[in-house]
Amino acid sequence: MISSQLLNTIQLGVKSLLLHKLRSGLTMLGIIFGVCSVIAMLAIGEGASYEAQERIKRLGSTNIIINSFKPPEQNQDDTSNNRSFEIQYGLTYDDAGRLQRTIPGVLHVMPMRIIRENIRFGRRQEPGQVIGTLSNYPEIQGLEMARGRFISQTDEKHQRNVCVITAGLAQRLFPYQDPLQSTIRVQAIYYQVIGIVRETGTLEQRPQRSQTDGDPVDNNVYIPLSTARSRFGETLVRRNSGSFSAERVELHRIIVKMRDTDAVIAAEPQIKQLLTRFHDQNDYELIVPLQLLREAEATKRMFNIVLGSIAAISLLVGGIGIMNIMLATVTERTREIGVRRALGAKKKDIITQFLIETIVLSIGGGLIGVVLGIVTPLMVSFFTQMVTVVTPWSVILAFGISGLTGVVFGLYPASQAAKLDPIEALRHE
Amino acid sequence: MPDPEAIIEIKQVEKIFQVGEVEVRALRGVDLSIAEGSFVAIMGPSGSGKSTMLNILGCLDRPTRGQYYLGGEDVSQMDDDTLSTVRGKRLGFIFQSYNLIAQLTVIENIQVPLIYQGVELKDYEERCQELAALVGLADRLDHRPTQLSGGQQQRVAIARSLVNDPLMILADEPTGNLDSQTEQEVLEIIEKLNADGKTIVMVTHEDAVAARAQRVVHMRDGVIARDVQN
Ligand SMILES: Nc1ncnc2c1ncn2[C@@H]1O[C@H](COP(=O)(O)OP(=O)(O)OP(=O)(O)O)[C@@H](O)[C@H]1O
Ligand SMILES: [Mg+2]
Repeated sequence: MISSQLLNTIQLGVKSLLLHKLRSGLTMLGIIFGVCSVIAMLAIGEGASYEAQERIKRLGSTNIIINSFKPPEQNQDDTSNNRSFEIQYGLTYDDAGRLQRTIPGVLHVMPMRIIRENIRFGRRQEPGQVIGTLSNYPEIQGLEMARGRFISQTDEKHQRNVCVITAGLAQRLFPYQDPLQSTIRVQAIYYQVIGIVRETGTLEQRPQRSQTDGDPVDNNVYIPLSTARSRFGETLVRRNSGSFSAERVELHRIIVKMRDTDAVIAAEPQIKQLLTRFHDQNDYELIVPLQLLREAEATKRMFNIVLGSIAAISLLVGGIGIMNIMLATVTERTREIGVRRALGAKKKDIITQFLIETIVLSIGGGLIGVVLGIVTPLMVSFFTQMVTVVTPWSVILAFGISGLTGVVFGLYPASQAAKLDPIEALRHE
Repeated sequence: MPDPEAIIEIKQVEKIFQVGEVEVRALRGVDLSIAEGSFVAIMGPSGSGKSTMLNILGCLDRPTRGQYYLGGEDVSQMDDDTLSTVRGKRLGFIFQSYNLIAQLTVIENIQVPLIYQGVELKDYEERCQELAALVGLADRLDHRPTQLSGGQQQRVAIARSLVNDPLMILADEPTGNLDSQTEQEVLEIIEKLNADGKTIVMVTHEDAVAARAQRVVHMRDGVIARDVQN
């Protein structure tokens, strides 16, 4: 019985609003834009941080990555005067050993050599990276085998000329042959392909020393570390427009896998301390994915707070618009209020009537806003290739706030309407 | 003590409006009792307190002093919500300016008093149609007030005043805005209602209109000057 009365009131509210279609529509616009912008902005923000966070997560939240890098060449003149062609820098096998021995909570220490070279098969060749590493690399980097097997400890022990290549490289080098059991050539050495790994998002997918930009490359060749050491030596010679330089680097990267995330936090300063003791120049850098993830999350939180404030303001403006119109409506319909009071309406009936009108306005606007708010990010993704993620909670939040706006801003006009004296209201022209 | 015969009994009713510093004494001690089924016209010069009295009789306003018994119940001390209920259940109103609700159709306007009774409108559909037929608007159910003439609008208002089957109908100059032709039609309907047993209290300026009532109460300066049976 009560619900049928409510239904009547809602019907009546819709009817009254339809009487002034343009006015109601314009009033709703405030809420529509408010709700739409909240959902769309959050979706775009969420999408942007989603990509970054996924990339960081793939680096492994329990990993600490230490990269060798060439120290700033402040004494370049000295070196050339000294005729010393060879620059030595970076991480060493000793560093790897020390890390394994002294840092508490270490599960694995994964030393790596990374050499940029052309990979050849017959006449074909592809620029790629030769990565010397150990047998448990896939486990630490979450690498999945597509076919065959990864490098084994025996391969490592016997410095075998075997390799595992990424799926992309396999496709480009072997469009017609079966890569497994074929041999590829790097410089003058042949390596037998024993496995293919899926394309991944590991750090090695990116060109060395530019972890945050550059196109991903998926031309990796994994070989045993010992093989890499003996085949390539530790000195790499580069020829650059006439002059040539030699760089001596033992390890290009060490990935330290920790027991858990707490251990990561504790280990970071210890690793830094340990490395500074044995490196008199700044020739390495630490990447802590967990830290990056936390930073990304903090940035996202900030972003959400800013968006939330913008949304709150736009909904506030929308709410004030509704209140304004409803106050005008109450004045305009004073006579009607008097008539209804004379015909038996109580104060609370009048309040309900006007409150429902504002709620219909705001919920109606909210619904349209939700639809637009879901469509807008889709359009954005479609036209800009940006990733957008519409989260359910943003929809619920925006819609809930729009409904709340209706109640909050409708209450005052409605109570003004109910306060009217029936006779005064009836006399109103 | 209220007279059990009388549907309305007011005793020494005073109404004082406070306009700034000035007190306007619109009613200065009115005694009136109206028997069930009667047709009473209230006449008097402008400003004599006719509308003020009708508003009090219609429970739209409370007297400053004095008692008012409606059907034996003292309504002079009731609170706002109870007065609303009394108006909704026991009284019907006809106004000079029709006062239909613009966004509603004829049939919906007739239903308005029912909304506040908390009844199922579906159960009353037939009754509303009968009432529309009674005032000769059976073929105009879905029209809006703006699509009707003044006389037709007033007839909708009459149907609306009847929908809750009230004890009494109160009309403040119901024919004041109508030409003499439609005035006759409206008065005929009102007379017919009275003939069917409805109590009617009607304010009017015109002797010809008042002449159709059984009793005419003349007011002057907030008191009853004369009370004549036709
Ligand atoms: N709300 C009010 N505030 C102040 N004074 C009022 C109010 N209502 C009525 N009055 C005064 O009370 C007196 C009686 O008014 P009322 O409306 O009852 O007269 P009336 O007999 O209906 O006149 P008319 O024939 O012109 O309608 C008038 O002097 C009027 O000014
Ligand atoms: Mg009057």
